[in-house]
Amino acid sequence: MTSAVSFKQVSRHFGSVRAVDAVDLEIAPGEFFAMLGPSGSGKTTCLRLIAGFEQPTAGSISIFGERAEGVPPYRRNVNTVFQDYALFPHLNVLENVAYGLMVKGVGKAERLKAAEEALSLVRLPGYGARRPGQLSGGQRQRVALARALVNQPKVLLLDEPLGALDLKLRENMQEELKSLQKVLGITFVFVTHDQGEALSMADRVAVFNDGRIMQVGTPEDIYQRPNTRFVADFVGSSNVLPPDFVQRYSGQHRWGSLRPESIRVSNATSGDGVAARLVGTNYLGATTRLALDAEGLRLHAVVPAGTALPAEGEAVMLTFNRESLHLMDEPA
Amino acid sequence: MRSDRGQRAPLGLKVAAACGLLFLHLPILLIFVYAFTTEEKSFVWPPPGLTTQWFAVTWNRPDVWDALSLSVRVAAISTAIALVLGTLCAAAVSQTRFFGREAISLLVILPIALPGIITGIALRSAFSLADIPFSFWTIVLGHATFCVVVVYNNAVARFRRTSGSMIEASMDLGADGFQTFRHVVLPNIATALLAGGMLAFALSFDEVIVTTFTAGQQQTVPIWMLEELIRPRQRPVTNVVAMVVVLVTLLPILFAYYLTRDGDQIAGSGK
Repeated sequence: MTSAVSFKQVSRHFGSVRAVDAVDLEIAPGEFFAMLGPSGSGKTTCLRLIAGFEQPTAGSISIFGERAEGVPPYRRNVNTVFQDYALFPHLNVLENVAYGLMVKGVGKAERLKAAEEALSLVRLPGYGARRPGQLSGGQRQRVALARALVNQPKVLLLDEPLGALDLKLRENMQEELKSLQKVLGITFVFVTHDQGEALSMADRVAVFNDGRIMQVGTPEDIYQRPNTRFVADFVGSSNVLPPDFVQRYSGQHRWGSLRPESIRVSNATSGDGVAARLVGTNYLGATTRLALDAEGLRLHAVVPAGTALPAEGEAVMLTFNRESLHLMDEPA
Repeated sequence: MRSDRGQRAPLGLKVAAACGLLFLHLPILLIFVYAFTTEEKSFVWPPPGLTTQWFAVTWNRPDVWDALSLSVRVAAISTAIALVLGTLCAAAVSQTRFFGREAISLLVILPIALPGIITGIALRSAFSLADIPFSFWTIVLGHATFCVVVVYNNAVARFRRTSGSMIEASMDLGADGFQTFRHVVLPNIATALLAGGMLAFALSFDEVIVTTFTAGQQQTVPIWMLEELIRPRQRPVTNVVAMVVVLVTLLPILFAYYLTRDGDQIAGSGK
């Protein structure tokens, strides 16, 4: 099967800065794919390479089997939802949505009808006559989405589309984007620095760092079985355990990771487990995050709210199931 | 900024402000009054009598028409050149990063910062060095130097406010470079260009110093006025022309002000 987007050893260097460095990537048709990473990790440059705003310094990119190097953005069947939405302030909402069809020469009646339909799709019917300036952030986001979707792209690129929205709106939009993608069957490529967003929405996630992909996998893979310290730490702030510590529990001299929610904290002062001292608590609503000091090793544990907690500074005993301890590929 | 809104200004401040405004604008009113005087050899106050005959006299003077026509043509062509060059330059400076960008930005603005007399002398010696005879085009060239700045300043301010991703969005939606310029860039900078263009026109229309060095024997309206003051003959004709010039330059500037008042100021209007 042809990949929707395929990167082969793609690099994009800006002078001495390697924004994207020898990246291999296959995105399947109809997939909801997330590119996750801290700022400056190369995820946005990858998106811009797919859109055609950047050209690779080396390597080859194909979109549904067609070579994309040297093809300008306006000749690619790919559309982008921009981080700042980039709506045209001099056009009303309907004209904004119809813009792509207008420049392709679609007749006025036909393109306005298609734009109206696209607005219904994003649940903004009847907003066509308004100016972008009269809309709220969430509504602008939907208009940007409709403006991209009206062109029936083969791949839809979303550059941190939810970054500017408040929490409640963001959660709604996450669900909506996901169901929209299911209905339309279009390949979505989504850039975010929010691991929660990537895990909850994507079919597969690529974790970026320093212009390279550290790991590609399903959200569960990435979360439960990180292959490097970076992934373990960046995706959900896992506890990264040094080889010496891991050896004591698994017999193997490798780096390990342990999810904070896998650690049980008890008041016992003897018995099996890791002796530690509680150094801080952080109330998060549904859960409480505990900072622990195990003979110099800083660990975090997350316990459900309402659990009886020892006082700060008290000695505690930490236990966890062996299978929760994940051994990473990264060499010790 | 109105920091203490509602508080009344003290009387002394009001009087001072009124005096300042009168000092600025009374002389202009005097010019208007003298356009109606019956005394033609010198300006005496109060005017011995009032008449509108000078409007008819002015209308029938071919030298007035020649000067006016030259000024309008020079201003129109200089403005057109400035609109093209100023916009291109503003687009380059605000949309891309390249080596020497700041230097180019400074060099473009320099002609308006330099005293006109220096621009004038420089152009004149350049023309004579290159053996270029004075013509309509030498005046246009001289005027274009500062007209470009005005358009550039307005366009650059607007480009800065325009989101760069808008151009990318347009390309992303299938518009090529020309379509993007036509449908996205132009509508967004149109009012800034109109404002800059009108200001450029007004500046060119009443320019004296650079013109004296680049015009040769030709007379634009301001140069014609200076000559008229030296040769006292039908003096109020000068005042009639002055009234026309004030109106011709004031209206575009006012209009430009209203077009751009929400947001960017008319940069360079102090020339």
